[in-house]
Amino acid sequence: MAEKVMVKGTEAIGEAAIRAGCRLYFGYPITPQSELTEYMSRRMPQVDGVFLQAESEVAAVNMLYGAASTGHRVMTSTSSPGYSLMQEGVSYIAGAELPVVFVNVVRGGPGLGDIQPAQSDYFQATKGGGHGDYRLVVYGPESLQEAVELTAKAFDVADKYRNPALILADGMLGQMMEPVEFPDFRDLNTLPDHSSWAMQGAKGREPHKITSFDINEYVLEKMNLRYQEKYKKIIENEQMWEEYKAEDAELVIVAYGTMGRIAKTIVDMARGKGVKAGLFRPITLWPYPYDALAKLADSAKLFFTVEMSMGQMVEDVKLAVNGKKPVEFYGRTGGVVPTPNEVLAKLMELI
Amino acid sequence: MSYKIKFKGPESLSGKEFTYCPGCHHGIVHRLVAEIIDELGIREKTLMVAPVGCSVFAYEFFDVDGTVAPHGRAPAVATGMKRAMPENVVFTYQGDGDLAAIGTAEILHAANRGEKITTIFINNAIYGMTGGQMAPTTLLGMKTTTSPYGRSAENEGYPLHMAEILSNLPGVAYLARTKVNKPQDVLKTKKMIKKAFLAQIQGKGFGMVEVLSTCPTNWGIPPVEANKWLEENLVPEFPLGVYVDKVGDEK
Repeated sequence: MAEKVMVKGTEAIGEAAIRAGCRLYFGYPITPQSELTEYMSRRMPQVDGVFLQAESEVAAVNMLYGAASTGHRVMTSTSSPGYSLMQEGVSYIAGAELPVVFVNVVRGGPGLGDIQPAQSDYFQATKGGGHGDYRLVVYGPESLQEAVELTAKAFDVADKYRNPALILADGMLGQMMEPVEFPDFRDLNTLPDHSSWAMQGAKGREPHKITSFDINEYVLEKMNLRYQEKYKKIIENEQMWEEYKAEDAELVIVAYGTMGRIAKTIVDMARGKGVKAGLFRPITLWPYPYDALAKLADSAKLFFTVEMSMGQMVEDVKLAVNGKKPVEFYGRTGGVVPTPNEVLAKLMELI
Repeated sequence: MSYKIKFKGPESLSGKEFTYCPGCHHGIVHRLVAEIIDELGIREKTLMVAPVGCSVFAYEFFDVDGTVAPHGRAPAVATGMKRAMPENVVFTYQGDGDLAAIGTAEILHAANRGEKITTIFINNAIYGMTGGQMAPTTLLGMKTTTSPYGRSAENEGYPLHMAEILSNLPGVAYLARTKVNKPQDVLKTKKMIKKAFLAQIQGKGFGMVEVLSTCPTNWGIPPVEANKWLEENLVPEFPLGVYVDKVGDEK
């Protein structure tokens, strides 16, 4: 581990990807993550990697598809409207079972929206976005240090399951600066060997065919059932969450990413007012840590979901709590980040 | 009595039976591409990208590593492959709906980057797999299921000439338009396909061969007439020839 360095969020994720062994990046500039694309254009040649600015997000995601099919670690980054454009490729990549890492630095929507931080891509990130029955492993970091660690993890998990992973950040994380400790550079020789399936030339073996396709519905159903078996394993093994002062909490705030970080302040403020508040912060947004959250429903009296959206993750909170306790919601949208004081005021109204 | 094999199929074809309609030219072009891969001795390092459309199964017909790109995106997928594996040979096989409609941006930019890939472009002026709808290359006046009164310039614009458009780009190292409806054309086309691969192997840039082809099923005419129709209608609209050739002599 090196000493802490002051970096911008987008650049922290880029550097983390390179250190994790990513040597191919394809992307397209879009605010508020263009600095990541710029960072990769500077850094990739320095590590004998490939940087290519695609003609569109549609092209970028397909370049990713091609490069990932050769067994290399590849990444792209974008922001909401760009990630919408990539959905075609995301679905194909999930169907072709390629280990790809996506970064979506979410901004206000729908449509062109604005360039301010938001969490309104939660549905798209965790429930699909593209067509078909598929899942991505979705990470929601709350800080740059966590973003760096989750980026490295995303590559490992993507490789392990041959499944795409997504870092769901937001404009706040993308644009903020804070001190980060980077892990050492991964020795490329220690990366998982994908020669059993990757397209590297059929030398001395049967050709490898990688597709998301079968015209026969019964065969395609089998493919889908195989994907589901994989998703089951991911659900079993990969759930991550953080609890903050939740052991004795009567009121559990549920929030993720930047909102989850702000919620820690709100918990402390509420405790200062004598409210036994705590925080449940999902780190994997898929697989969602339903069971861990459900456990809190035994002791807590009330759940309070706070999001930078009009209410998307709240549906998963309700699924977890399953009617045992009330689930309230507060959210701001369009790129507005709620202040601790305004959330606290809403919280005090509830009790 | 012993037999000597004098003539056999190319090793770069998997032997899987083609699924194309009678009289369709895909089979001929597949074979030519496979023969060239054999002759160049590159089967074990070739990666192919099949399109969406009739030739979606092409990845199964060739005995090389292969994948299927989303509709029109084959040049972007091939770009990713080639950038990851610069020592390998990467080719895309695309129809006119794939390359000249939904994938116009991808082919234009791959060609403009001088991407060291090879593209085989099958132009039969109609959408095959979806059942005979209008393509960007459909001729003026030509009836299809989505231009039932005949394509009109006022409503649908003019047939798109991809070879001419792409030939203006400096990144293109080899570009030719050809046909395979007569034996002598087949031989000519084979030489062109070889050059389109050599453009990549020599590191010169992007190579493409556009092959004017028949679609008897969706044109609604028998194969022999389709070959004649191609000669009389497609060839005047889409001039044949070598548009760009920066390929050096083969060593």
